[in-house]
Amino acid sequence: MKHAHNTTRARAIDPLPGFRFALVSTLLWVGLIVALPLTALVMRPWQEGIGAMTAALQDSRMFAALRVSFVSAFLAALIDVPLGVILAWTLVRARLPGRRVADALIDLPFAIPTAVTGITLATLYGPQGWLGAPLARLGISIAYTATGIVVALMFVGLPFIVRSVEPVLRDLPPDLEEAAGLLGARPWQIVTRVVLPALLPATVTGFGLAFARGIGEYGSVIFIAGNQPFRSEIAPLLIVVRLQEFDYPGATSIAFVLLVVSSLCLAGVAWLRRRVARGLITGAAA
Amino acid sequence: MTAPVLNKKNLNISRWVLIITTYIIVGIMLVLPPVLVIIEALRDGPYAAFASMTDPDALAAIRLTLVMTVASVAINSTFGVLAAWLIAKYRFPMRGILLMLIELPISISPVVAGLVWLLLFGTQGWWGEALNRMNIHIAFAPAGILLATLFVTFPYVTRTLLPLMEQQGRDAEDAAMLLGASFWQILWHVTLPEARWALLSGVLLTTARAMGEFGAVSVVSGHIPGLTETMPLHIETLYNGYQSVAAFSMATLLAIMAMATVSLRSVFESRAHNVATGEHDA
Repeated sequence: MKHAHNTTRARAIDPLPGFRFALVSTLLWVGLIVALPLTALVMRPWQEGIGAMTAALQDSRMFAALRVSFVSAFLAALIDVPLGVILAWTLVRARLPGRRVADALIDLPFAIPTAVTGITLATLYGPQGWLGAPLARLGISIAYTATGIVVALMFVGLPFIVRSVEPVLRDLPPDLEEAAGLLGARPWQIVTRVVLPALLPATVTGFGLAFARGIGEYGSVIFIAGNQPFRSEIAPLLIVVRLQEFDYPGATSIAFVLLVVSSLCLAGVAWLRRRVARGLITGAAA
Repeated sequence: MTAPVLNKKNLNISRWVLIITTYIIVGIMLVLPPVLVIIEALRDGPYAAFASMTDPDALAAIRLTLVMTVASVAINSTFGVLAAWLIAKYRFPMRGILLMLIELPISISPVVAGLVWLLLFGTQGWWGEALNRMNIHIAFAPAGILLATLFVTFPYVTRTLLPLMEQQGRDAEDAAMLLGASFWQILWHVTLPEARWALLSGVLLTTARAMGEFGAVSVVSGHIPGLTETMPLHIETLYNGYQSVAAFSMATLLAIMAMATVSLRSVFESRAHNVATGEHDA
């Protein structure tokens, strides 16, 4: 204690050493790697004047690309919800052979580099692919269409749903499901009245994360998407196209829209999580 | 009394429907893709797969990926530890904003993460022209690839360390301080040993992300084979050049590297979890 009193530091400053050093190096790091480039992103659209900015924002190809990205990401996340909830349920409740392998495989889309995912899905669903060829005979083409984008984003988004729902399901006592069954609830009722309401906040979280990831996704999509303007061209790809045309304002305005939407999405998820953590939102059963 | 029995049977049927559905989902979505990668790589036999990897451009791509990964992991881990320490142990104004800035790169599209560097260092960027005249090349050069990778892998170390460090509180650090320990001594001997599994987990996550990054690197790289092509970019070049075997061989190697890193991480993650019992929300 005596030692602490002997320090010459002002009382307002935290006595734990290293504050200034840690602060300066963190600010330097954040400033150079994140704040500086993002400042350029925010400033650049205005550099050529308001006219160039409004011109860039009236580009119909840009709107088409943003629509393709948003709609595909939304559909993919939506389809992933039931698939992810089923996977999470089986992982938590059913003691299956190969459960550990399945558990490891869930994270595969996180682990595999996007370029590898891209060429793999394009080959798998391509006209001669293992899944593409039989589907083509049924008259369904996936690769090189907008459907391909949804398929790729489904792969990328699946772990978000499973990993959001899984911990909640694990905390949900199985007795609850059994009790509902003993009270005469039909399986369907158990699912819709007991299990799903408890999982709802986690599912929305997973959906939000998958959607936010989906709208920005590039590597896993461009190989399987047809990349045709207005039809199967995603917004990140249009950024690359605009950059190759040296149209920096055009590229920047798309980037800006993507940034705003995905930030809003993740802010929404964070808000939801905080409320759940505080117990303001609970499932009916919890 | 028969109703519960009937329900139990019903439950069992729906249970099996769910289990079979799970196997189908896992099979189609998660098992087929990696199997396809390996089979496509070995289509012309293991020798062809191996030979494609000894191509000079392939070797250059592997080397560049390793260099970029090591460099960005070293930089982001060092600063990531300091940032986590700062945010976990001290209370200061704008702390929330700083944390938000650190986490921001996660929500940004990889292509945008590349674009921002072109806005600074591209030919039409703020400083690109001036630096070019001084013969400093950042865009379409390894320096740009490093910056893009740093941006993309920015938050991971801080993010994995922070919950643990916050949970640890400051008692041990304060005690060490009272005993006269310096900043480095506290960080090295008090804080980090407790957090080592979480740190390792964050470092491995950074590693996996760094070597697999495609979009951001693709925008700033310029795709010069042998010079600015990392493994993911080289995979794209090979695939678009209809060199399927070579593309999938490289993809196999990259996927194995990334997955080995990630599975190593889950080992450490479980240890980290044992150290810090209980839940923490992000």
